[in-house]
Amino acid sequence: MGSVMGAIINLNNPAHTVDWHFIHLSVANVVVIVLMLIVFLLAILLPFPGAAEREAARRSGGAS
Amino acid sequence: MSSVGAPPPVTPAPPVTPAPSKSWTVKVREKGVEALPPERLLPDGQPTYVASWIYVFGVASIASLVVIIGSGSILALKGPAWWHYTSLGLFFNSIHMWSVELFFFVMVVHLWGKYWMAAWRGGRGRVWVTGAITFLIAVPAALTGYVSQQNFDAQWISTQAKDGLNSVGVGAFFNVTNFGQMYSWHILLLPIAVVVLVSAHVLLVRNNGVVPPFELDEKLAGAPAASPGGDGSAPASTGAQS
Amino acid sequence: MSFLGPKDDTKPWKGRYQPYDLIKEACIAVGVITLLAVLLTVLFSSPDDKPSTIGQWSHDLPANFMTAAATELNGTSGTAGYGPPYNHNSKGTQAWFLRPQKWLGVSHPINTPDDFVVKPLETISNDPALQSALAEYKAAPQKQKQEWADAYAKPLEEYATAEEEKKTPPSTVTVDSNTGTVTVKASGAGPVPVMMTSLLGLAKSGGLEGGLVTSRQFFQTDYTKPLLFMADGGLLSERAQAQHLLGEQWGMMNETGSYPGQPWLWLYAMWYQVEPFKASENADILVMLVMGVLSLAFICIPFIPVINRIPRWIPIYRLIWREHYRSAEPS
Repeated sequence: MGSVMGAIINLNNPAHTVDWHFIHLSVANVVVIVLMLIVFLLAILLPFPGAAEREAARRSGGAS
Repeated sequence: MSSVGAPPPVTPAPPVTPAPSKSWTVKVREKGVEALPPERLLPDGQPTYVASWIYVFGVASIASLVVIIGSGSILALKGPAWWHYTSLGLFFNSIHMWSVELFFFVMVVHLWGKYWMAAWRGGRGRVWVTGAITFLIAVPAALTGYVSQQNFDAQWISTQAKDGLNSVGVGAFFNVTNFGQMYSWHILLLPIAVVVLVSAHVLLVRNNGVVPPFELDEKLAGAPAASPGGDGSAPASTGAQS
Repeated sequence: MSFLGPKDDTKPWKGRYQPYDLIKEACIAVGVITLLAVLLTVLFSSPDDKPSTIGQWSHDLPANFMTAAATELNGTSGTAGYGPPYNHNSKGTQAWFLRPQKWLGVSHPINTPDDFVVKPLETISNDPALQSALAEYKAAPQKQKQEWADAYAKPLEEYATAEEEKKTPPSTVTVDSNTGTVTVKASGAGPVPVMMTSLLGLAKSGGLEGGLVTSRQFFQTDYTKPLLFMADGGLLSERAQAQHLLGEQWGMMNETGSYPGQPWLWLYAMWYQVEPFKASENADILVMLVMGVLSLAFICIPFIPVINRIPRWIPIYRLIWREHYRSAEPS
């Protein structure tokens, strides 16, 4: 096994899997995929900063 | 007192070659400047509808690529065996591996956002095409990295991947078990391809502008701008109609 | 264009602009991604499982090594019967009339009896018994060579099958776990037993790897032969199974240990788990063709009917541009 010098969390153990019918995914990959979905949802839901500047730009006909 | 009627002082014009010119340099320069004048190449303003966190995933993909190439360059400096026997080498290998994971992560979120925005509208089909091809080239770029690791993972991935590639004849000239060849593709040829594609993709976005929102009805077509926003001039929206 | 997609009524933006600092945004993005990568590195590092060697294989699984070597000699190993790009002993995979594996030909020729057995053995000096066995083997006609090799391989294959089915192994093969030697009782095997015993000794000494790396010149970078030889045995797949890397374990998405692997290969991995690909001996070319078509479709999404309208029908865009739509509503 390769050495894992300095890693706080040792991930060098055989993976656990998420099994459902014919689907067998490693927990790490499931975490990545779920995180992607969460991040995508947050990206389209969370308000983007600068709303006041954009509103000012709309009203004034240019940026403040 | 001002001398009324006197012509203002004339600033001498810079020397220009007479048109039409057969100079390739002039032709390339004029085409380039026409497609991407400086204010469009590096605008300091964006349309007011660019107001969502989904818009940062494109630049996040570029940022990830920068970190991949940076960490990869350090690994290339010291050669392919270095990271196996020094902790600093393992550190940079880890940066390289995690930046690849981040790259695919943010690139796919960017892709999802652009699909749901139908960002190919308004003549932006080439933007979608270059982006899609970038993703498809990034996959073998990652594969060549995995088979260049010179560890068990590389042994397994190469002996497995060869079957898929051999089945379509690609294995006849792209041998995943040939470390020398795979390392060359990984550190030079495929990064060049990715960077060229990303550059074309970004320049097309600058040329076309960020895709406007779907129109809900006529009222949302956008009021005419009295003057562009920003500290300088904003790019003229010239997203060509398809 | 209307057949391929909806009428594109996207007008150039004539509305307002806001200040937006692209260079600052890019610098912040590089900083954030760098920090994230460093954080993940400090937390988890990266995997580096040491490679298997032929020396280890011959030490840990001597019977498995001998079986693989015997199948290389008698031409029944995976590599021996692979076909292009290694040899002409099979036509390779096909999909209907498509046979690209055959069409692209043999570009990396491997003759398994010569490359994996005879040539490495020729590097051993000061072994008169081996030299004599090699001379006898090389002088024999091809039919005789095949008979000897088959006679030697048969008890080893029976041993391997019994081990796999967890039955009592035949007494024709004995493995001395102290010395790691393998004794094979095979009548009609000619000089092959002497050759194979020497090959096992060469493998255990670590000398076989060097002999297998392409030997046309001093500097070597092509590990095809030692990798194919190991893949014909059981050591790599035994390690792979423990790490969930086998095909039926969706292994091409996975990494050693508990690290994330290549989740972007999910669709490629999925086809191998479903019929008709799962049971097909042409699964590789069929899956590659499906993925090729889907990749082209992915590139052409803007031009594919229905697919290019879904974003309009499922209005996620209303969330993304909600501020814009709200600001344009009549007050």
